[in-house]
Amino acid sequence: MNEGIDVVQIQRFGALYIASARIRVMSKWKAMIAAIDIGNPLFYLIAVGIGIGVLVEQGSGTSGTNGIKYIAFIAPALLVNTAITGVMDECVFPTIEGFKWRKLFFAQNATPITGPQIAVGVFLAALVRAIFGVIVYYILLLAFNVVDFGVSVLLIPIALLGGGAFGAVILFAAAKIEKDDQFFNILGRLVIMPMFLFSGTFFPLSTMPIYLQPIGWVSPLWHATELGREAAFDYGISTVMVIVHFSVLVALVFIGLILSMRQFDRRLAK
Amino acid sequence: MSKPLISVRGLTKKFGDLTAVDGIDFDVAKGESFGLLGPNGAGKSTAMRILAATSTRTSGTVEILGKDPEQFGPLIRAHLGVVPQQDNLDSELTVSENLYIYGRYFGLSKKFIKAKIEELLEFAQLEEKRDVKVEALSGGMKRRLTIARGLVSEPDILLLDEPTTGLDPQARHILWDRLFRLKEQGVTLVLTTHFMDEAEQLCDRLVVMDKGAIMAEGTPQGLIKQYSSKEVLEVRFGSDRNKEVAPKLAQMCERMETLPDRVLMYTEDGEKLLEQIAAAQLNPTTSLVRRSSLEDVFLRLTGRTLIE
Repeated sequence: MNEGIDVVQIQRFGALYIASARIRVMSKWKAMIAAIDIGNPLFYLIAVGIGIGVLVEQGSGTSGTNGIKYIAFIAPALLVNTAITGVMDECVFPTIEGFKWRKLFFAQNATPITGPQIAVGVFLAALVRAIFGVIVYYILLLAFNVVDFGVSVLLIPIALLGGGAFGAVILFAAAKIEKDDQFFNILGRLVIMPMFLFSGTFFPLSTMPIYLQPIGWVSPLWHATELGREAAFDYGISTVMVIVHFSVLVALVFIGLILSMRQFDRRLAK
Repeated sequence: MSKPLISVRGLTKKFGDLTAVDGIDFDVAKGESFGLLGPNGAGKSTAMRILAATSTRTSGTVEILGKDPEQFGPLIRAHLGVVPQQDNLDSELTVSENLYIYGRYFGLSKKFIKAKIEELLEFAQLEEKRDVKVEALSGGMKRRLTIARGLVSEPDILLLDEPTTGLDPQARHILWDRLFRLKEQGVTLVLTTHFMDEAEQLCDRLVVMDKGAIMAEGTPQGLIKQYSSKEVLEVRFGSDRNKEVAPKLAQMCERMETLPDRVLMYTEDGEKLLEQIAAAQLNPTTSLVRRSSLEDVFLRLTGRTLIE
C-alpha cells in the first residue's frame, strides 16, 4: 500500500477534502454566483424596500413594524434569504448530480471517504458560498445606511444559521430524490416561494390570519429573520423567544445533517 | 501458495425479488489479472461494487486483503483503485485537477500528488490536455483519465468495470496497451467485460458469469480447450436456408450452433470440413474458418451469445 495514505487522517478530515473540492468547482462559477447572490436581494431591497416602503410609510408610518423603517424591517429577512438560497443551490444541485446525473459521489466513495463525510462536505461548502453572499450583502446594508455597524454584525452568523437550518433539511430531501423531474418545480414554487412570502418577510407574521402563521413557525427564514431583527434594531422580542428561535434553528441543522448522513450512507451502499 | 488478495464464497446480492449475484465463489491471487466475463445483466457490476467495498451483500463471505469490506470499508478502499463502468469524472474541472482532488481523497500530500500527476498524465497520454476541462475530452481520453485517477493512490488492486465499452477500436487498443503495462508492473487487475477478445487479451484467469452465477472458471485457453473444439467453421446460407440445411450439416461435425444469421460448426479442422460441405454441394454464401474463442465457450455454456 502507498505509505502516504493515512486512513485515520482521512477519517478526521475527509469532509473537508470533499468541501474543498466543491469550493474548487464553485470558484469556476464565481462571476455567476456573485451576480445572483448580490443582484437578487439588491433588486428586492430597492423595489420593495424603497419603492413599496414609500407607500407603507405614507399609509401607517412605522407603526406596523415596531417603529422601524420599512427598508430596515425587510433587510434582515432578505439577508437570511440570501443565505438560504445560496445554501440551497449548493446542496440540491451537487447532491442530485452526485447521486444521479454524473455520479460523482460514487467516485468519491470509491476512496476511503465515506457517505456521511460526503454529506457533511457538501453542506460545509454550501455554507462557505453563503458566507460570501451574506458578507457582501451586509456591506450593502451598511452602504445604504439601512443598519448601523455594531451589534448588527450578528446578522452574519444568524443568516448563516438560518441558511444552514434550511440547507441541512433540503440536503436530506435532495439525497432522497430518485426521480428529479418534478422536484425543482415543487421545491421552487411550493416550498421556497410560500416560505419567502409567509415567513414575516415583508410584514410581521402576526398580521397574517392564524391559519397561515404555521408556515412561519416551521420556516427557518422566520426564526432567523426574527433573531436578525432583534440583533439589528432591538426589535423587542422576549428572551424566551430568542432562545426558541435559536434552538429551532440549531435543532434543524442537527436533525437535517444526521438524516442526510444516514441517507448518503444508505444510498451509496445499495 | 500465498494467501489470495481477494476471496469470495457464496456471495449473493438481492435487490428485492431480483437475485443479481447468486452464490458465487472465486479467489484472486496477488499479481494476477482476473476477469468476470458475461453478458449485460449477468451480475458482474454488482459483484464489482461489492469488491470495491462500497456496496453491501445479502449473504456469503468476502475477504479483501484478509478483511471484510463491510466492516473495514475505508481501510480496504485505501488499497483499491476503482474504474467504474460509467466515467464519473468531475467534468467542470480540468484533467490535472481531477487527479489532484482524487489524490486528496486518499489523504495524500500535495507534493506526492503533484509528482504523481506528471507520471499519470504520461501514462494516460494526456500531457497536452492537463489544463483542459474534462467535458472537452473524447470518450477514449476520459476513459484513460478515469483509469489514471484510479492509479493515483498506487493501489494494490485495480478494479475495472467494462473498461473499453463504448470505445472505438483504436481507443480500445490504446487502452489495452496501458492495462497490459500495469499487468507487467505486477498490479493485480480485476475486470469485468462482455468482450471475449478483451478477456482473452487481458485475463490470466476468468470466470464466465450468466444470470448471477458462475458457469465455468479457468484460463482463457483452458476454457476454450475444455468447452470448445480447436476450430470453428462459420457458414451462412441466407436467413431462410440456414435452418433448412442445418440437419445435413449436423452430421458432418462434432457440435453445431444455429444462430439467426449463421451456423457455427465445431471441428478440429475447419478447412477439411469446408471441403466436405462443398463436396455435398451445399454452397454456403460465405464461410470463415477461425480458432475457437471465449464467445464459443459462452455459447456452449448458456446457449446464448455474449452480445445480444
